Amino acid sequence: MKRQGVAVIGTGQTPFRSRRDDKTYPELVQDAAVLAMNDARVVPDEIDAIVFSMAPTTFMGVNECDKWSVDALWAQGKPMLRVHTGGATGGSALQAAWAHVASGEYRTVLVAGADRITETPDAQHVLNLIWDRFYEHDFALNTVTMTALAAQRYMHKYGTTEEQFARVVVRARLHALNNPDAHLKGAIAVADVLASPRVAWPYKLYDICPRSAGAAALVLASEEHARDKRSRPAFITGIGGVSNSVFMGDRMGPYADTDFADQAELVQAARECYAQAGIRDAAREVQTVEIYDPFSSFQFPQLESLGFCARGAAQALSDEGAFEMDGALPVNPSGGTLCTNPIGVTGLVRAIEAARQVMGSAGAMQVPRVRNAVATAIGGSTQFFTVTMLSDEPRGSMQRG
Amino acid sequence: MSDTIQASSVVVGEWHVRYRYPVGDVGAKFFNGLRERKILATRCSASGLSYLPPRPYCERSFEVCDGWVEAGHEGTIEAATIVTAAFENLPEPPYAIAYVRLDGVSTAMVNFVRGLDLSDVPRAAARLVPGTRVRVEFVADPVGRVTDFHYICG
Repeated sequence: MKRQGVAVIGTGQTPFRSRRDDKTYPELVQDAAVLAMNDARVVPDEIDAIVFSMAPTTFMGVNECDKWSVDALWAQGKPMLRVHTGGATGGSALQAAWAHVASGEYRTVLVAGADRITETPDAQHVLNLIWDRFYEHDFALNTVTMTALAAQRYMHKYGTTEEQFARVVVRARLHALNNPDAHLKGAIAVADVLASPRVAWPYKLYDICPRSAGAAALVLASEEHARDKRSRPAFITGIGGVSNSVFMGDRMGPYADTDFADQAELVQAARECYAQAGIRDAAREVQTVEIYDPFSSFQFPQLESLGFCARGAAQALSDEGAFEMDGALPVNPSGGTLCTNPIGVTGLVRAIEAARQVMGSAGAMQVPRVRNAVATAIGGSTQFFTVTMLSDEPRGSMQRG
Repeated sequence: MSDTIQASSVVVGEWHVRYRYPVGDVGAKFFNGLRERKILATRCSASGLSYLPPRPYCERSFEVCDGWVEAGHEGTIEAATIVTAAFENLPEPPYAIAYVRLDGVSTAMVNFVRGLDLSDVPRAAARLVPGTRVRVEFVADPVGRVTDFHYICG
């Protein structure tokens, strides 16, 4: 297979809000695509292929809406495919788009999508329908209860308190004040999180992300083309994707390969990503992360699985301020998924924010001197995982060409 | 009557879709077992692992699960939560759910936990920590569905 380096040369996203009644779904997709193509200084004729990033279409209510969006993306006459791995969709779509270019088959690829969740009041009912119909569906599993189960297990394993999870929310909302596109933002206190209504132990309302409407897109190009188009592209130096059993109960107890509480699949995905990128010590070589955290319990196991600290150590580092903007590792300068969750494109948003950190175009969110930034996405029954490395220069296996 | 007609800014819709889901041969054996108050797990002699929910292949050894074992009616909580908010089309809160590894089985299976006072959530949560022992209770007349049993605390 021909191989060539791949870079992000353009990013675009709309502001994320509860509703976007001013646009139809394809119009929303188009907004982000136009922003990304303008940022990349390319016109639709220069796009060789399109990857469509969209999770369940049941929320927005037009079945398989990728076909509705072909015209809006100027995809006529070009290959277009939709990628869907639940909450990991954006990470997986990016992986597919990366492979399109890395293989040498295409020079310039657009990855785009949109989501809108509040079209239906039945969102958690829809999410309950993703479980096995015979053995699990009847027990009120949904994204909230599924991740509450993991959080309870994590708390028991490492002695985490509700206050420590609440501090993650406070930091996220504060970071989001610097993000013009964020859905939720503001200065709140730990006591506000603790006083919000209980939903599913240990979660209160503020421990949980909002349902966001909006769109996101990136333009990827070969390394050679990227250097023509942009002085500081964000090179995709590593990308790893791992799937695991739909049965969460297989991932608990003495016979499990990975512990559900630890999101330990990310260890494998990160190992693959870091090996490609030539990263030996993420804590020393990565300056910021944009990780997938729709719940307050997601940051600690993820940062540990990604190698930034030992198991059970993230909560104390969080308490000490290590993950704030002036800390050792600024975590989710955008406010992350806790503040904005348009499910089908959330993984793209993570990659966009990480790419902008590398490009130096993150505005008020900018972390100084970012050479490497990590983006993650997680989906299904916490069973699809992607880890992507965005870098200021080609590294690792990219250099071998 | 107005001279200008203002169209609605939203169109209302609803999906109504019906399904018939086949349980398969492996599932049929499990659900028939429930009618006799037996919880049957598949077992792979190559890996020594037993599975709930039951499945035809061992996902570790890639060999066919070549036997069945009856799970104990006691087990150990691996993860639990207490739901206190109402979700559309889901049970009325409060309720507790847990993944429990039944004695003699390698994996954990989800079900409701009954018989626990849930009025004080942190206090109830302290009684559902991983490692807690629970027992299985069947309904009076099992019909061959997974809801034929649940877990009982203490």
